[in-house]
Amino acid sequence: MCDCGNNKNQDILVPHVGIITDITQETPDVKTFRVNAPGGGKLFEHMPGQCAMVCVPGVGEGMFSITSSPTNKEYMEFSIKRCGLLTEYLHGLSVGDEITVRGPYGNNFPVDTELKGKNLLFIAGGIGLAPLRSVINYCIDNRQDYGTIDILYGSRSADDLVKLKEIKEKWMNTEGVNVYLTIDREQEGWDGHVGFVPAYLKEIDFSTDKIGLICGPPIMIKFVLQGMKELGFTDDQVYTTLELRMKCGVGKCGRCNIGSKYVCKDGPVFRFDQIEEMPDEY
Amino acid sequence: MQELINRLKELIADGTVVRAIGWKKGDMPYNPEPAYFEKPEDFDNFVYDGFCGANLSKMMIEAAKLEGKTAVCLKPCDTYSFNQLIREHRVNRENAYIIGVGCRGKLDIEKARKAGIKGIKSISGVDIEGDGDVTFDTVYGQKKMAYTDLMLDRCHVCKGKDHVIFDEVIGESKDTGDADRFEEVIKIEKMTPEERFAFFKSELSKCIRCNACRNVCPACSCRKCVFDGVKFDSQQKANVDSFEEKMFHIIRAFHVAGRCTDCGECSRVCPEGIPLHLFNRKFIKDIDDFYGEFQAGKDPEAQSPLTDFTFDDLEPKDAVGRGE
Amino acid sequence: MYSISKENLNSLYSAIAGSYDLFMPIKAAGQTNYGFWTEGAEGDIDTLKTIKSGKDAFFPQVEQLYTVNREIVPADVAAGDDAEKAADTPVRTKLKVNPVKLVDNDFVIFGMRPCDVRAIEVMDNVFLTDPVDNYYKSRREHGIVVALACHEPEESCFCTIFDIDPADPSKAKADVATWVIDGKLYWKPITEKGEALTAKIASVFEDDADADSKITNEISYIEGIAKQLPNADLSLEGWGAGKTDEKFKSEVWDKVYKGCLGCGTCTFVCPTCQCYDIKDYTTKDGIQRYRCWDSCMYSDFTLMAGGQNRQTQLQRFRQRFMHKLVYYPTNNDGMFMCVGCGRCVEKCPQSLNIVKVIKAFAENK
Repeated sequence: MCDCGNNKNQDILVPHVGIITDITQETPDVKTFRVNAPGGGKLFEHMPGQCAMVCVPGVGEGMFSITSSPTNKEYMEFSIKRCGLLTEYLHGLSVGDEITVRGPYGNNFPVDTELKGKNLLFIAGGIGLAPLRSVINYCIDNRQDYGTIDILYGSRSADDLVKLKEIKEKWMNTEGVNVYLTIDREQEGWDGHVGFVPAYLKEIDFSTDKIGLICGPPIMIKFVLQGMKELGFTDDQVYTTLELRMKCGVGKCGRCNIGSKYVCKDGPVFRFDQIEEMPDEY
Repeated sequence: MQELINRLKELIADGTVVRAIGWKKGDMPYNPEPAYFEKPEDFDNFVYDGFCGANLSKMMIEAAKLEGKTAVCLKPCDTYSFNQLIREHRVNRENAYIIGVGCRGKLDIEKARKAGIKGIKSISGVDIEGDGDVTFDTVYGQKKMAYTDLMLDRCHVCKGKDHVIFDEVIGESKDTGDADRFEEVIKIEKMTPEERFAFFKSELSKCIRCNACRNVCPACSCRKCVFDGVKFDSQQKANVDSFEEKMFHIIRAFHVAGRCTDCGECSRVCPEGIPLHLFNRKFIKDIDDFYGEFQAGKDPEAQSPLTDFTFDDLEPKDAVGRGE
Repeated sequence: MYSISKENLNSLYSAIAGSYDLFMPIKAAGQTNYGFWTEGAEGDIDTLKTIKSGKDAFFPQVEQLYTVNREIVPADVAAGDDAEKAADTPVRTKLKVNPVKLVDNDFVIFGMRPCDVRAIEVMDNVFLTDPVDNYYKSRREHGIVVALACHEPEESCFCTIFDIDPADPSKAKADVATWVIDGKLYWKPITEKGEALTAKIASVFEDDADADSKITNEISYIEGIAKQLPNADLSLEGWGAGKTDEKFKSEVWDKVYKGCLGCGTCTFVCPTCQCYDIKDYTTKDGIQRYRCWDSCMYSDFTLMAGGQNRQTQLQRFRQRFMHKLVYYPTNNDGMFMCVGCGRCVEKCPQSLNIVKVIKAFAENK
C-alpha cells in the first residue's frame, strides 16, 4: 500500500514544491492547509501518523503531522497552530502560495497490524487531534476492518475544537462510531459536556477491550494515561505520538533522540511500554 | 598547597562557607579542571599547581546564587575579573569568600608541545613554590624546559603580584612580567592596512566558531548572547567565507571593550591558537591613550571611561584618521 | 614498495594535485588543519593531530544543499486562487527548488591517521544507512583515502582501546597506507582505488628494496610506544550497547559535568561527531539552504517553542557521552562513537573529556 519509496531518486533533504489549494480557519489560532503538487495530485503517499517537513524557504522548516488520511487520494492536509516564527508565517499565506514539503517521515500507527479488528479509543486534546484525525478517517474509510470506534475530544473552548464540521457530519453519522466532545469551561451556546479530558474519560468509564490512541499537550497525556490505568488499561494497550525539535527528519542530525531512539525515524508513534523503557528525557 | 587545602576544609568545617571552588587533579599531569569541593574527601583530589591557569571568577556568577557562601580560589589577575563582575552586578560579593592564592605564572602545555615534547607520563617542577626547571618524563625520554619558557603568554605581561580583592591571601606571588603589554599591539598598528588585513585574515580564518572564547570570558556574562539568537542570521552558523568569523570576534571585542580586564582566557582556550586577546588589548591601549590610563577591575567603584561622559571626552573626529 | 624522500614531498603533492583535488594537513598561521593543497601551501604530515579532524572531507562544516528561487506573481483567481484574499494580498509566491550538483570528481585525502580513518566508518553508519545521504555518499564514492602511520603517538592518544592500530594503516579501511621512516615516505596501495591513484603518480616514486623490513621495524616500534601510553589500558567495561538505563541514571554525571562551559570545542574537533543543523540564508538572488555542523552542547540545539528538552548543561553533557558510548553502540552492533584520537583531551578549555568521564564511572563502581 505504502509507496513512500517513490521519491528515492531525489535526495532525502531536498523537498518537493507544494501549492496551497485551500485554507480553512478551524479555530482562532488553527488553520488547515490543503496542499497539492503544483500540477495537481498528491506530493507523495503516507500512512496514518506519519509526518512531513513543511517549509517556507527563508523563514524555517518544521515537522508537522499529515492530518489527512491516506484514503484521501486527492490532496494532503496539515492542521497548524500558530505559535512560533514559522507557523505565524504559514498563517499569513494564501491559496495559490507555494511552500516546500518533504517526507513522509517516521513510523505510523499500526493500522494494518496491531489495530486491525480491534475496538479503538481515540483521545485527543486541542491541536492533538491533527495526527489522530488521519487514523480516524482511515479507520472509518475501512470501517469493516475495525471494531467499535470511540472518540473523546476536548479543547479549551467550543471555538478551539478543530475539524468540528467533519466530526459532526462524518464521524457522528458513521455506524459504530461514538464521539464524546468536551470543553474546559462553561460557554454560552454549548450544551455538551464541560470538564477536562482525563475527568470525562473516567466519567464515561470506558471498558478495557480497546486500544487507546492519545495525542494532546504533554500534561493531558500524562493525566489521561493515569486515568486509563485506573480504568484497567495497560501500557501496551496505549499509543501516542511524540514531538521534539527536528532538522533532518531521517535520524541523522542528532537532536530528537530519547536514548537510542530517534523520534523522527523510530517514532513519532510509540506504545507506552516502549516509552517506559526510554530514559526520562521527554 | 596543603596550607590552602587545610584552610578550605577549615572554612567548610566551621560553617564560614558551604563549598569551595578550586581545581581538581586531572588524569594527565597537566589538565586539572575547575571543580566544586564540599566534603572533606573531595579535597583528596584538590590540586593547585602551575597548570591551574583557569580563571574561576566567572563560575561565581552561578555559585553566588547558591544557598550559603562559596569560597573561591583566585590568582592575582583573576581578582580583576571578579571585581569587574561586582561592578556589573553579576556576582553577589556577600556570598563569596575570596582566597587570594599565590602565583608565579601559569603554564601552557601547548608551549611544551610546540617544543616537541610528547608522550608525557609525568611532570615535575610545576609546584606552586619553587623556581627550578620543569622536567617532563615521557615515553620518548626525559625533557626539560625553563619555567618561564613554558608560561602562558599572558603571564609575560603580568598585572602584578597583588590581589585587588580578597578575604585572605594564602601563598606568595611573583610579578612574572618581562614583556611590554602593548608591544604586539604596536607591532600591528605599525603594519600597513593591507598587512594588517592579511594578518587578521590568516588568524581568524582558523576560527571554528566553537564559542569557547565567549563561554570562558568573564566579561561575556549575558544570559542570552546575540549570537545564540535563533531568529537572526547573527547566529552565523555558516559564513560566506572563512574570514567572516571576524564579525563575531570584532563584535565581541566591542562588547567587552572597557570591561575586559585582559585576563587572557580567550587566547588560552582557543583550540586554534588565535591571539584573540590582541583585539581587546588594542581597545585597552586606545582607552589609555584617549581617556587616561584605566584598568578594568582594579577598582569596582571606578567609572569606566566608555560608560561615562565628561566634557573633556575625545571627539570622534580626533580618533578617526589615526594610523594614516 | 614505493617510496619518496621527504624533501621531495612537494613533487608528490604536485603530482596528485595534477589529477585530483588534494585535501591534506596544511600549516597556516601556526596551526595545522586539513585544507586543499595548492602550489605554495605548506603541507604538514609531521604534526600528529590536525586541530579539526579530516571529517570535513566527507562532511564539511558548511555545505549547500539546494537553492530556492522565489518569484512573486499576481494572484490568478481564474486558476483557483482565493478571490476574497486576492483583494488583500494580490500576489502569490511561486518557488523553484534547485538541488546543488553532487561531488562528481575524484579527490584524495592524504595523511589521515588510522583513528580518523576509523571515524569515517563511524560516520558511514549514520550517513550511508537507509535513507542514504547522497551528499555524503557522493563524497565517499569519489574520495581516495591515503592513511599515514603515527610515527610517535602522544599521551592523549587512546585509539588502541578501540582496536585501532596506529602503526599499521594497511589494517585501516583506507585505499593507500603510508609510513614516514627516516626521512622517507613509504607508499603501499591497498585497494583498487589506491592502485589507480598510484598508477597515475608512479613516476614520482623510487623503489626501496629494504622497505618491507623497515616497515616491519617501524610497526613494532610504534606498537611498543602505544603500549606505554597512559591510557593504553583504559577499560570500556560497563559501556556499550544496551547500557542506557544503568548509565543514564547514574549520579556520576552530576559530578563530572560541573566544569563544562557549554562551548562546542569537543564536538567540532571530534572526528566522529556528526550532528548537524539545516538553515536558510536569504540572498538577493534567492534562498540558500545549507547544512552545518551543530553541537549538542549548545543551548538551542534541542530548544522548542515550549522550552523542551535537555534544558540543563548536565543533560546536554550526558547526551554527548551517552550518544558516543551507549546509544550509538546500541544502534550499531556495539561499535563505539569514539576512536581515541584524543583531540578533546587536548582541546577542552576546562580539561574535561571522554577519558575523564570513563574514568569517573570506573572509580564510582
